[in-house]
Amino acid sequence: MKKTLLSLAAATALAGIAAPAQAAGMDKVKACFVYVGPVGDFGWSYQHDQGRKYAEEKLGDKLETAYLESVPEGADSERAIERFARSGCNIIFTTSFGYMDPTNKVAKDFPDVKFEHATGYKTEHPNVATYDSKFFQGRYVIGQIAAKMSETGSAGYIASFPIPEVVQGINSFMLGAQSIDPDFKLKVVWVNTWFDPGKEADAAKVLLDGGVDILTQHTDSTAPMQVAAERGAHAFGQASDMIAFGPETQLTAIIDDWGPYYYERIKAVLEGTWEQSRTWDGMAEGHVVMAPYTNMPDDVKAMAEETEAKITSGELHPFTGPIMKQDGTEWLADGEVAEDGELAGLNFYVKGIDDQLPQ
Amino acid sequence: MRIELKKRENISSLFSILSPFIALGLTLIAGVILFVSLGKDPVSALYSFFIEPLTEVWSLHELAIKAAPLILIAVGLSVCFRSNNWNIGAEGQFIIGAMAGSILPVVFHGWESPLMLPLMIISGMIGGALYAAIPAFLKARLNTNEILSSLMLVYIAQLLLDWTVRGPWRNPEGFNFPETRNFADNAVLPRIIETGKTHWGFGFALIAAIVLWFVMRRMLKGFEISVLGQSARAGRFAGFSDKKMVYFAFLLSGAMAGLAGISEVSGAIGQLRPVISPGYGFTAIIVAFLGRLNPLGIVAAGLILALTYLGGEAAQISIGITDKVTRLFQGLLLFFVLGCDTLIHYRIRLVFGAARKGSAA
Repeated sequence: MKKTLLSLAAATALAGIAAPAQAAGMDKVKACFVYVGPVGDFGWSYQHDQGRKYAEEKLGDKLETAYLESVPEGADSERAIERFARSGCNIIFTTSFGYMDPTNKVAKDFPDVKFEHATGYKTEHPNVATYDSKFFQGRYVIGQIAAKMSETGSAGYIASFPIPEVVQGINSFMLGAQSIDPDFKLKVVWVNTWFDPGKEADAAKVLLDGGVDILTQHTDSTAPMQVAAERGAHAFGQASDMIAFGPETQLTAIIDDWGPYYYERIKAVLEGTWEQSRTWDGMAEGHVVMAPYTNMPDDVKAMAEETEAKITSGELHPFTGPIMKQDGTEWLADGEVAEDGELAGLNFYVKGIDDQLPQ
Repeated sequence: MRIELKKRENISSLFSILSPFIALGLTLIAGVILFVSLGKDPVSALYSFFIEPLTEVWSLHELAIKAAPLILIAVGLSVCFRSNNWNIGAEGQFIIGAMAGSILPVVFHGWESPLMLPLMIISGMIGGALYAAIPAFLKARLNTNEILSSLMLVYIAQLLLDWTVRGPWRNPEGFNFPETRNFADNAVLPRIIETGKTHWGFGFALIAAIVLWFVMRRMLKGFEISVLGQSARAGRFAGFSDKKMVYFAFLLSGAMAGLAGISEVSGAIGQLRPVISPGYGFTAIIVAFLGRLNPLGIVAAGLILALTYLGGEAAQISIGITDKVTRLFQGLLLFFVLGCDTLIHYRIRLVFGAARKGSAA
């Protein structure tokens, strides 16, 4: 411990002498990533790992990376993060909500290391930043597609945990669908896991048996896509382009593109310009990307592209009033747009969702 | 042709002692084969797996923290298994113990009293014991299979915790995220020594192991447990009650699991979350058998299993192998332990020709 601190101090001092103009610029940076699922999930963790590889490609031999996969949230993640901090990582990305407190705890003991926590809200120390993406923007687009494409006028939603991010997605999907078909039905199944192909497949079967013909998911495996493919239904890919798992099935996918963000932040460490920030970007910044629109008629495709363009340009915000809450009371008045802070703590459904929010 | 297992008449006491070491050796050999076929240098792989975590002080503390719940649960289970009661639901008792112990710091947040921690620990043990009483009652009264009932209660406990932290105990200042308040300082289990992170959970584990070792070795209760475990009928002749033993075994192992739960939550996590255990209650079953159901052996076994977790992380970082290898190692270890034990107690005989009537069963 003492030795590490001393050598860190020495390194900082040396860097200061070599490049007096820049506060703490460095020649080479080590970036480390903590993943909640396996990198082979073809969903959430896979996309973060793609982002890591993107940054590696862009920065070449100036960047060294390491990752830990399937790290359980809670006490284990604190040890994993601390291990990274001790093994010479300059910046550590912790990519699941449950890593929030562990990230902040470790950050306190390692003030020279930068910490970036995905999807949380706590930045208790100046060396902690948060980042997330406005996935709900993509949900609005796929809600519209679902309303156009469904023959039964209904879709099934495989949801993970009733946290604000997931509730945003469900509401945004429903608002998109209602903009096409005001009587659209949405069934929600909570599986209480981010990654469990067996559970996700079961949920998909239950929903299809219940009469929906389009599936969407807020979980990380490709199982729902594969079930939909077997049953001849349609589905939307989640986190990554899942077209390979349902060439005839996938309508589009909401792709999380973390690459540009990781590149920017690591570069900032290299140049000594890293600062604490709270990033919540979406389509406009290229963090939320739609996969090619497939398996749909041209007019639906054109509509989807138009909506995507409007959201990207800022002309359309999915949460624009009038919007009623599920209980019939008014949430947003006509023309009123939800504030980011309110969305970040969203814990109620909009009107028309056939489910009770677990809470 | 079929394979028969025939009980050996003389069981080698030497091999009974050597068995876990042979199993460890075989696991290492299997590991070498595994790493070579993955194209990794087996020496550096095994080094980062089993040696590297032991070379730094902070890492030793992490080892103790990780081993604490495994040892605590496993010593309780060892008594239970020795009495021929099969409590597979320690994971659930761990969770309920953690919840019962968290009532004070979560519901009575802000209660400043030196009694906080002792009461948390006692209620954690009571919670775990009461939850274990359910399969015990079902077995003693209705002769239900305790393996199934205790296992299924795990899922109920997991979902109850999940519901509680999302609903009634959700942190009112937590932006609706599923977790309780962080425990106040007087509800956090203190460190054993100020310079390292090891909390008192590890101390409890060592104390429990020594006390239970003494009970099993030196006291009548230990004798009663062994006799009833080997032959309930013989035990009844000796005046022991096998029904009472069912309750004793389950309540004890449940209390130990509950103590592990509240220690983990109070010492390591600092709040309740939807998931608080990566499967300690199940891994502890491996620990109990690797430690020969002997409380002192279990301390060593718990440290070894904890080492595989830490080593798995070190190996992921230093040589880039997947975390699945950790699970594989743990599985191999249990496989070889059970395999060695079986071969020490039984002989393998190949029988040719059709099975005779009656011998098929």
